[in-house]
Amino acid sequence: MPDLTSNTGGIVSPNPFWLASAPPANSGGQVQRAFDAGWGGAVWKTLGTPIQNVSSRFGATRWKGASGVGFNNIELITDRPLETNFREIYETKKKYPKHAIIVSLMVETREEWKEIIARSEDAGADGLELNFGCPHGMCERGMGSAVGQEPKVNERITGWAKEFAKVPVLVKLTPNVGDIVPHGLAAQRGGADGVSLINTIKSIIGVDIDRFVPEPRVAGLSTNGGYCGAAVRPIALHMTAALSRDPGFHLPISGIGGITNWRDALEFILLGSSSVQVCTEVMLRGYRIVEDMIEGLETYMSERGFERLDQLVGKAVPAYSEWGDLDLNYETVAKIDASACIGCQLCMVACHDGAHQCIHPNPDGSRVPTIDEDECVGCNLCQIVCPVPQCISMVQVPNGYTPATWNEHVEAGAQLRPKKGAH
Amino acid sequence: MADIPADRSEASFEDFKPAYTKAQAVVEANRCLYCYDAPCVKACPTSIDIPEFIRKIATDNVRGSARTILESNILGMSCARVCPVEVLCVGDCVYNELGVPPIQIGKLQRFSTDEAYAAGWRFHEAGSDTGKSVGLVGGGPASLACAHRLRRFGHRVTIYEKRDQIGGLNLTGVAPYKIKADRAAEEIDYVMAIGGIDVVTGVSVPGDLSWDELRKRHDALFVGFGLGPDSILSAAGGDLPGIVGAVDWIEQMKLGRLDLSAVRSAMVVGGGNTALDVVRELRGLGVPEVALVYRGDEAVMSGYAHEWAAAKEEGVRGLFRTLPVAFSGDGKVERARLVRMDEHKRPIDGSEHEVPCDLAIVAVGQSKLGELCAGLAGVKVEKGRILVGPDQATGEPGVYAGGDCANGGTEVVNAVAEGRDAAVSIDAWLGRT
Repeated sequence: MPDLTSNTGGIVSPNPFWLASAPPANSGGQVQRAFDAGWGGAVWKTLGTPIQNVSSRFGATRWKGASGVGFNNIELITDRPLETNFREIYETKKKYPKHAIIVSLMVETREEWKEIIARSEDAGADGLELNFGCPHGMCERGMGSAVGQEPKVNERITGWAKEFAKVPVLVKLTPNVGDIVPHGLAAQRGGADGVSLINTIKSIIGVDIDRFVPEPRVAGLSTNGGYCGAAVRPIALHMTAALSRDPGFHLPISGIGGITNWRDALEFILLGSSSVQVCTEVMLRGYRIVEDMIEGLETYMSERGFERLDQLVGKAVPAYSEWGDLDLNYETVAKIDASACIGCQLCMVACHDGAHQCIHPNPDGSRVPTIDEDECVGCNLCQIVCPVPQCISMVQVPNGYTPATWNEHVEAGAQLRPKKGAH
Repeated sequence: MADIPADRSEASFEDFKPAYTKAQAVVEANRCLYCYDAPCVKACPTSIDIPEFIRKIATDNVRGSARTILESNILGMSCARVCPVEVLCVGDCVYNELGVPPIQIGKLQRFSTDEAYAAGWRFHEAGSDTGKSVGLVGGGPASLACAHRLRRFGHRVTIYEKRDQIGGLNLTGVAPYKIKADRAAEEIDYVMAIGGIDVVTGVSVPGDLSWDELRKRHDALFVGFGLGPDSILSAAGGDLPGIVGAVDWIEQMKLGRLDLSAVRSAMVVGGGNTALDVVRELRGLGVPEVALVYRGDEAVMSGYAHEWAAAKEEGVRGLFRTLPVAFSGDGKVERARLVRMDEHKRPIDGSEHEVPCDLAIVAVGQSKLGELCAGLAGVKVEKGRILVGPDQATGEPGVYAGGDCANGGTEVVNAVAEGRDAAVSIDAWLGRT
């Protein structure tokens, strides 16, 4: 059996699956049940001066009957007394010594950081996570993403935390920035032991079209919230990879954003995450989802001969490149497996209206469309819309041209194949 | 609304395919792949844009969904219930190819059209008056669809119906577990609500009114008078009380009250869809022994396989390669004499035997009414059907036909398509004259 033990900047957990700092990690009872279900760690819901929340707090996108593909919240940090939180952290850590408890923190002044870090460590925290990401409510009070969006402030407060902390410090980054890299580097300069990302994305989840009020509705008003859930995963993957491949960035990463299953988690790991954090899918389905995450990752590793998690961390990073370094002479075309095709012709309409008009009705009258390979640009759209697994495949066609990138073409005049579909 | 008594026999039937709740409809609608140039549309005689109406259920645009359906098929509410979707749209759903349960198109169509009826959504208005007038002979689905479309074009229409109410077999002949007469009558009202459809009942053409008279009254004619009375069985004792034609019997069940309390063994003769309806109806009404007697093999029955499968499940016995040769009884039928047939449909010597039979329903077809067109010089009748072209035109200028009298007896949806298409042809023809 492969070893799933995870180490994120010195925070060790029996597996890389952590609850993110959020409602599922709000109390001792919850975190203990999560550990019982199999979660390897938990980032306690952010502690600071307890706040008062609104009702309602959550909103969700709906697509084809599924609710919560995208999700947002306008909930703030903990609303429970600090002493209660610390007592429960202590009890939980005592009961689950091998699991990782990371305490998320958000306060304002240097003195406040000093005090809350000391209390967290006294309670038994294995690590701290500085919440520089919350994009609603707290940022209006000069905390959360208001800190994360300013590299100098980020660096300074990280420095305070490192000055006071004995346990590892992670900085949780906000995605509400143009480029994530300067913010990761700021945390690194401040002395952080790692970063976690992404926090939620500033969003309006929807509008109540009967009341003319955005959602979630609080009396007659709403406000922007933090967007999360499966739909944000591509954004989070990009930001994770952007830091992972930056030559100046060397910190471990705890990946967050739209993870719903072992495969999603693995994608974050392959792009450089040492651990992953999950909130939305747990909110929607419960702690039990971790069983599949553990089992799926173990099976994947066993089948491919990986023994330790660190063998996978960052394994796909070298293949993340600039557009200008992609081979322009690599050519694929779509092929339809006529024996698998069910004749829905979704590929045909998608190609015709959304791509390069190279999929046509079959002249023999069958409903299996034909592909004009001379015109097919290999865009993948037909494969994406096909409802039958493995029916449409993108096949490389040799064209006699040696690989050539745009950069090579510009810099050294490398010869490019003739363009397809550009009439 | 038509006069439909409340205590009629059909009232006891439950829907064979129950209505979807909104939640069920949305789940099913979301499964639809939204095929392009979809096979289900091609399988629908009225070419309803099925993927589009289903998508609109999923997006909570149910009004738009109903509009899409009713634009192509103004009788879409009843067709949703009575269409043999298993051999039409649903049978051609691409999910069948994938080994996945096909989309329940009929149930989704019922959902949208039921919502339209409940909410009173109407989508069509009569066009401005063209001054042209069209006479429609027969008041069944073909004529209703034709009349509605003609009114949208602004033509004046008059339906001539020999019975005392319009609606045709949709009102009097459909199995009650698919649709009951009161619901069919609501649909008639829905169609009539476009306004300006004049109805003359109790008038037969060419009996009470001659073709010549009708031609004088109108600029064009549509013949949609369906089929004639039940064909009868040439068996000894075939006129005994207790031996009835299927179409007559179904009408009595749907609009009247049948007393079947004394019936222990019923026999239905025939292998078509009417025969299959009747055996299921008899079981549904509590007749203990119901047998389908068909001269051919089970495999060659013209009735739909899915209907026969359901009938068997409901306890109907099939007697194949069998023919009744005589009925007997004291003042009413009590016994039937059956004979077995060989593969060449010849009676097998010595195979005759008697079985108890206290009700025999004959479903061997309806007589064709083609001969009634004798007064229309250019109208050609072949095998009892009025010959029409793809535009529903007969050989007689200005005379069009559709529905059972032109297609020999098929589904409601075929009649609707033909009536609608005839209206388009008539409109074009009237524009030319």
